[in-house]
Amino acid sequence: MEAFKDITILVAFGFIILAMIFGFIRFIKGPTAADRTVAVDTLTTIGVGALVLLGYLYQRFIYLDVALVYGVLGFVGVLVIARYLEDAL
Amino acid sequence: MNQILEILGLILIIIGSIFLFLGALGIYRMPDVYNRLQAGTKATTLGGMSLIIGVGLIQPDWFWKSLILVIFIALSNPISSHALARSAYKSKIKPFFKGKEEDLDAYKEVVERNENN
Amino acid sequence: MKESTFSAKVMHFFLSWALLFLVWLAFTSTLEIQEVLVGAATTMLVALFTLRFFDCCTFSFLAPGKLYNVIKYIIVFIIEMIKANFDVARRVISPSLPINPGIVKIRTKLKTNYAKMVLANSITLTPGTLSVDIVDDYIYIHWIDVKNTDPEQAFKDIAETFEKILLKIFE
Repeated sequence: MEAFKDITILVAFGFIILAMIFGFIRFIKGPTAADRTVAVDTLTTIGVGALVLLGYLYQRFIYLDVALVYGVLGFVGVLVIARYLEDAL
Repeated sequence: MNQILEILGLILIIIGSIFLFLGALGIYRMPDVYNRLQAGTKATTLGGMSLIIGVGLIQPDWFWKSLILVIFIALSNPISSHALARSAYKSKIKPFFKGKEEDLDAYKEVVERNENN
Repeated sequence: MKESTFSAKVMHFFLSWALLFLVWLAFTSTLEIQEVLVGAATTMLVALFTLRFFDCCTFSFLAPGKLYNVIKYIIVFIIEMIKANFDVARRVISPSLPINPGIVKIRTKLKTNYAKMVLANSITLTPGTLSVDIVDDYIYIHWIDVKNTDPEQAFKDIAETFEKILLKIFE
């Protein structure tokens, strides 16, 4: 059971790393600022998931709080950039 | 009981990570910003939610906190994608289309309306 | 912004205070006395300063007759969301990228801004649609696979099931 669990979590981390790579490629390529912001938004959600999984791996409850704060900050950041792009700021 | 919860949690974690990956693949493959938002928002919302609930099931002490995270993701992701879509059309990014010309009528209308105000 | 009476203002203040305090309790997830006191003070200040933005919503949807519809809405919503994800996954994986995107508009019968916001966010998470903007009664929607550009037909395809339940909850 333990070995099965370890392998499963390793595979999940593999998918998450692949996801981060694809998100990062879109972040680099652009071509517009809105595209990059979409990439940041997606990377934030992926990062929250990765932090929760890391918290489980290291058995640290505090990682969930970190994930929550990261999620809130990412959300506010994306909103601010969106408002900036539509010239409302 | 614990065993069942663990297996269910592991399945949810795998499903979640696959959907996170598909969301990122979506923003890589799709042709324009609106389609990228579609793929990015939907797939990563369900992916993140199912991954976090999975961890909450394996580690029952964490279930309450992970539920809060899930509710937060479910509420915040559609709002940020709506704001991004609005900013995209207001900064005049033309949507990609390959069908008929009239698929864009509503887009032209809303841009004009926006300029008049 | 419309003028509201003093008693309505007080009601809204207590509602937003209660809501913010609940969010505080959920985020800190502790019941220690100093945390709770600081939370009560902070959320009261925030509720005071944001009072003029919070003239929208009441908790009338928690009435027993409407609670049934709220639960039904959540279940319908979750099913639609899972369908949406498999739909997006299918489009992303298939090598030919089967999309036919465009922007359509629909007309909603919902009156309050709050209800329109709920509808727009639900549309965003359902198969193939993403709400772009809300102007008066119209919601502009980016549709990944356009079937109809006519507002009536598009409304039937996209929003009818949601709006039916939302009308029962909010009106």
